[in-house]
Amino acid sequence: MSYFLRRLAVFPLVMLGVSIFVFIAIRLVPGDAITAMLGTEGGMLTPAQREALTVYFGLDQNWAVQYLRWLGGLFRGDLGISVTYGQPVLQIILERFPLTLQLALMSMVIALLIGLPAGVYAATQADRPSDLLVRVFAMIGQSMPNFVVALLAIYILSVGFGVLPTMGRYVPFREDPFGNLAQMILPAIALGTAFAAAVTRISRAAMLDILSEDYVRTARSQGFSQRYVIWRHALPNALIPVLTLSGVEFGYLLGGAVIVEQIFALPGLGRVVLDAILQRDYALVQGVVLFIAFNFMLVNLLVDLAYAALDPRIRYGDRP
Amino acid sequence: MTSIKKTAAALALGLTTALVAPAGAQTLNVAWSQDATGLDPHTQPGFASIRLLELLYEPLVRLDANLELQPAVAESWSFSEDGTQLTFRLDPDAVFHDGTSVTSEDVRASFERILDEATGAVARANYTSITGIETPDAQTVVLQLDGPDAPILNGLASVNAAIVPASAIAAGTIGTEIVGSGPFTLAERTPNANARLAAFEDWHGGEIAYDEIAVNVLPDETALLAALRAGQADFALINDPLVATLVPQTAGLELNAAPTLSYYVLQLNAAREPMGELAVRQAIACAVDRQDILDAALLGEGEVTGPLTSPAYRSDPQGLFCYEQDQDRARALLAEAGYADGFSATLMAATGEPPTASAVAQLIQSQLAEVGIELEIEMQEMNVYIDRWLAGDFDMAVALNGGRVDPYTMYNRYWTRDGNLQGVANYIDDTLDSLMSEGRIETDEAARREIFANFESHLAEMAPWVWLFTGNTYTAQREGIDGFEPSPTGSLFGLVDVTIPD
Repeated sequence: MSYFLRRLAVFPLVMLGVSIFVFIAIRLVPGDAITAMLGTEGGMLTPAQREALTVYFGLDQNWAVQYLRWLGGLFRGDLGISVTYGQPVLQIILERFPLTLQLALMSMVIALLIGLPAGVYAATQADRPSDLLVRVFAMIGQSMPNFVVALLAIYILSVGFGVLPTMGRYVPFREDPFGNLAQMILPAIALGTAFAAAVTRISRAAMLDILSEDYVRTARSQGFSQRYVIWRHALPNALIPVLTLSGVEFGYLLGGAVIVEQIFALPGLGRVVLDAILQRDYALVQGVVLFIAFNFMLVNLLVDLAYAALDPRIRYGDRP
Repeated sequence: MTSIKKTAAALALGLTTALVAPAGAQTLNVAWSQDATGLDPHTQPGFASIRLLELLYEPLVRLDANLELQPAVAESWSFSEDGTQLTFRLDPDAVFHDGTSVTSEDVRASFERILDEATGAVARANYTSITGIETPDAQTVVLQLDGPDAPILNGLASVNAAIVPASAIAAGTIGTEIVGSGPFTLAERTPNANARLAAFEDWHGGEIAYDEIAVNVLPDETALLAALRAGQADFALINDPLVATLVPQTAGLELNAAPTLSYYVLQLNAAREPMGELAVRQAIACAVDRQDILDAALLGEGEVTGPLTSPAYRSDPQGLFCYEQDQDRARALLAEAGYADGFSATLMAATGEPPTASAVAQLIQSQLAEVGIELEIEMQEMNVYIDRWLAGDFDMAVALNGGRVDPYTMYNRYWTRDGNLQGVANYIDDTLDSLMSEGRIETDEAARREIFANFESHLAEMAPWVWLFTGNTYTAQREGIDGFEPSPTGSLFGLVDVTIPD
């Protein structure tokens, strides 16, 4: 328990570090909200006009004042107002996050549903042709960028079948379950392909390690069936590296899948943060990145806790 | 296994049911890849914002697809004898979306807002000749000018000079609450995702044949084409010539192409050596093969151009200085300037803005290499590019610069002594400066054309920049979506004339 509390205590410190880093990084990038909005027309502004816009975008105060003001807002749950959306940053995040969360969950389900059985199967068939086949597919899946999968899927569907999932707007599951799944399945496959391939390879390697362990041999020599040995003895231990991989990957996906969201025109977090960076919408970049960092840490914490559940030998800090 | 099959079947079913959702006969589904960055018509210069705002707000006058002036909020207009007064009669039927009439007070308030430097109005520089705004009655507005200003009418034909309600200015709600007098009202909008525009029943410009426009922002250009193919979009705006050329090859789709006013140009920075030497700049002008670059980078989708791109002023560029590639002359000019062995310099371009920028830069690099000029290409993110461009911090730059209908409005920023962007142009001489002043006050069409023809040929000969070509603006629609007329400004205002089959 004390480990859990210690981990929680580190949270605010890491968040503070992230907030400072993002705050400075986005301001070090050349250009500001004025150049992003006006482009080369910015050169037509009179000094007084420029001054007025500088005040409007809050660029006239020094960084320390801006940062402290923003930090103060954070404690009141106020992430600031986005200048490009004219809405509170928190509201934008909460509108976009369900899509990103669903996409991440669906990709992970696809990855685990395909990757785990394939990996376990390949391990039991080690070095036979079927193992080789799984490994080749895993290699292809992992080396094919997700935007290629996405563009191929769109091309085949629209040219071959004249159909396409809804683009440009999110169809929430509660409003239209079928429409929602139809919209999300292709992006989830595009994201899940490489993820599944990675899961396959990790679970295969982990299973191979464990199948050669003494206790597995012992179990076999006691006459337990192959299936029982694999599912009861080997798999739970092989899940540890898979869990680590999935945790990290899921954490990334919660940050939004920029390219896949871009191609399928899904209004998720990835596109928000990309547009925000291009338009130098400081408040929005800061808010979204902080939110992503929080999710990432939370997922990692949950993964650590899950280790203990999977393997009773893993105990954090608590002496017996 | 069966449960997996069931799930798969259910998903497939869901796919088809959602995909063939009918595009209701009364909705025009429009897709574009870049969304508006803001909704204040006075402060948004970007084309992405302007094409949306043009459907919501109206200026006093507007340009049609042939770039002729047409009534908008104003039904008629006239200059006084001495050219210092410009009188507008407002259309008595013009109403804002909230039902109130558009009056001369709204016009006055709008221009006061634009001219107020605190607004940051982007086109303010085009209206600084206005010294006073009189409103003799609710339907009449008189602009007092500090002298004859022939280009101001074209300058006013911009949504950047939109007439907004005086009450909205007073309430400070411009840009947040959309109350214009345009053909559509903004029913809902999620920035960078989608928007819904409802036809405004009381629009004074006439009736619209459908009920609403549903806009989807599809950031990937190939997705635009896929959306058209799948029937998810009826009409799409396409930027990438590569994607545009695929449209006519698809059954059931039509492409509209119109030459743009904006132009590709190789900007030479005369403030840096050796580009300060006339012979060196001329050598570069002679070394490039414009048609070759156009063919390779834009698949030939465009036209070689001189400095003037407006149809009324555009001429055959072959008469201009060295528009036929002449490498021997280029080498001779370099030798004359003392650079017989060539020199090296950097060439700046923006990543993805336009999508063809890097291809254009590479072609220029290889063409100039043939006469001994070694270029190092610097690809920059758009914002970084803009910062350096505005500061004149480059040797050479590939640019896609915006054009205007009137040559004076288009170029006074660069080629006059006190032009706002003289620091970007970095070249000026007395001939250019005086021809521009003459063009500003001359109201006779034929005389103006001659002035600007001289301006153009002098500019090409001095070669501070090497003008290359204009591209096309593309829209595409599904068969049966009729009535849209493309405009060289890229405006989508023509959507008001579109009909959708039942």
